[in-house]
Amino acid sequence: MTVDTNALLIILTGALISISCGFLGVFLLLRKMSMTGDAISHAVLPGIVIGYFVSGSQRSVEVIIGAGLLGILSTLMIDALRKKAKVQLDASIGITFTLLFAIGIILINLFAYKVDLDQECVLYGEIAYLPIDLWITQNGLNLGPRITWLAGLNFFLVSGFIYLLFKELSLTSFDENFSSAIGIPAKGVNLALMSMVSYTTVSSFESVGAILVVALLVVPPSTAYLWTKGLIPLLRLTAALGILIAILGYYLAFWIDSSIAGMMVAVAGAFFFGSALIKGKWPQMLRGTSPSPESLLS
Amino acid sequence: MEDFIYFFTFQDPSITWVVLGITLLGIGSAYVGTFSFLDKKALLGDAISHAVLPGICLGFALAGEKDPRYIVTGAFLSGALATFLSSWLKKNTKLSEDSIIASILSIFFGIGIVFLTVLQKSGNPEIAGLNSFIFGNAIGIAEADLLVYGGLSLTIILVLSLFLKEFRLMVFDPNFGQAIGFPIQGIRFVFNVLMILAVVIGIQAIGVVLMAALLITPAAAARFWTNRLSTLLFLAGLFSVISGIMGTYISFVLPKMPTGPWVVVFLSLIALLSFLVAPKSGLLPRMLSRRRYVKQMHRDHLMKALYKAKEAQQEQMSLEEIHALYPFHRSNILASLQQLLRQGFVAQQDQSISLTAKGVSDAMRIVRLHRLWELYLNEFLHIAPDHVHESAEQMEHLLTPELEAMLEQRLNYPTLDPHQVTIPREAHDR
Repeated sequence: MTVDTNALLIILTGALISISCGFLGVFLLLRKMSMTGDAISHAVLPGIVIGYFVSGSQRSVEVIIGAGLLGILSTLMIDALRKKAKVQLDASIGITFTLLFAIGIILINLFAYKVDLDQECVLYGEIAYLPIDLWITQNGLNLGPRITWLAGLNFFLVSGFIYLLFKELSLTSFDENFSSAIGIPAKGVNLALMSMVSYTTVSSFESVGAILVVALLVVPPSTAYLWTKGLIPLLRLTAALGILIAILGYYLAFWIDSSIAGMMVAVAGAFFFGSALIKGKWPQMLRGTSPSPESLLS
Repeated sequence: MEDFIYFFTFQDPSITWVVLGITLLGIGSAYVGTFSFLDKKALLGDAISHAVLPGICLGFALAGEKDPRYIVTGAFLSGALATFLSSWLKKNTKLSEDSIIASILSIFFGIGIVFLTVLQKSGNPEIAGLNSFIFGNAIGIAEADLLVYGGLSLTIILVLSLFLKEFRLMVFDPNFGQAIGFPIQGIRFVFNVLMILAVVIGIQAIGVVLMAALLITPAAAARFWTNRLSTLLFLAGLFSVISGIMGTYISFVLPKMPTGPWVVVFLSLIALLSFLVAPKSGLLPRMLSRRRYVKQMHRDHLMKALYKAKEAQQEQMSLEEIHALYPFHRSNILASLQQLLRQGFVAQQDQSISLTAKGVSDAMRIVRLHRLWELYLNEFLHIAPDHVHESAEQMEHLLTPELEAMLEQRLNYPTLDPHQVTIPREAHDR
């Protein structure tokens, strides 16, 4: 097992992405909106394609703006379907994300001549190419891999967002009515959270792909949630899991020569199912505690 | 246009096969989806459809080629594992249902992608066919495979139709079903098997990511048109078949286009249209009926005001007096006034308004309903006279002539309401 700079960079990027996703995911989990996060990460696709088409580059601000707008649009559409048209929540989510994702795929096929986006790349990205995709300034200064910078910026923004709005986010997650009563705009906070989720999806989709962003949004927070109750320990544990997932995922993928992002998710899944086995409810006799007198009598 | 005729006249037998396959497959998944939609478990289908990917890859790896038997079996087993895990997690951990579904979905998909990339590096030339599972390609399904998938769809449709009563119980009232001796656990197990099967064959046409649409959207759209289960199933199947055929047509004309996304777009269009215009529960009809109600309310209020003025020996009211009674509804009152003038219920002289003979009898009816209802609440429900006005304000717009006759009879044609005011009647009725 060699530790070279490339490996270190990939692990660093993976860890940054999974920590940013995990932090946002904790709040999605507490709001019981994990599936909305899933929907958003699918729904940003048309925004990415249109942004790409308009600007001609995958690295432009337009792509991020497009994705952000689509992310917000999908939240609003789910809400409208549920409240205005009175469709039940799970169906509103299902209809919204499938429609927007389908439009995204169609747009990719329509603009195939101009947009160098691969359907597969959108779905499961490729973090392994990261070391060759360098950010070189106009004077030829090599600053290292571009995606690592993006992930770092994303991490910085997400942490800043959560640090600054910590009180608002936790209050609206736990008691929306109370937070509205003391004057916190719950809807605004919600939209801000959703925009951060969309932004994180765009900034990570090149490296881990849209669906794996979902995994990182949902699985580490759910795993951590099985172990702890407090919000701060939850965030800490999620971050620790993110780092662990990145390291193990990289080396396992390296070992069997597969997609690194996919392997990161598989590792996260192993942690998740392991925790569920340990922390899940087991029948009394498997736990080894002495049976109650009533059960002996019957 | 030539393509259109060529496609829809089914000259090409392979097109006939594909359309037949899509039809069966669409009906199958729409049926299953309708039940899971009514069971409020719509997103479980999404989880299953992502979760079959590792099974497909394993089946492919074992068979070494795209053999439908291996692939269907592999997909079925990993779908079953995902279903089992999600219900186990639901029962044994404190996680909420949506985070369980999202976790299962993404973990299985991640594992699937690991398998897929490993397979891709193995250099097997058949591997290109596997990608069509992600976005679906109905045109690309071979005829022999169609027989397998069509047969399975037919089985799903048959089982669901034969045991309609059992599945209906499972969805609407499992506790009652249990109590009268139906094996609800067993029925649910059979249903889960059917659901996984529907997903496994559905992804052929529409792909892993978008399969959820084929399950959820037809049912959600059909739900707006009917309250009956049988009609619901029929409509969901119909919507699904229409969009399936349209999607297939698009990928026939533009071979580079995957089928799945177009099917989803057509389905969603049908759904959005249903949400907007379906009678009764659609958005526009609900808005219209609300507007009609509000309009009638203002009209009734205006008539009542004129009648009460008449009772107080004031034959006509000025516009200003009316506006003073309803200070925040100036424009509504004016619109009602125009309508009443046109219909001949009121007459206008300069600025003063008075009821015509026809108007008097109509206004009298509204006032009578109001006071009858007040009396009814007071006498039969023993509500104090000072608490009955609010309810009567609403009921006066809603009571039908039949209900009025019943009230009159029950109350024995009373003359005074709880506030000791005369209940007005036509001269010949007294």
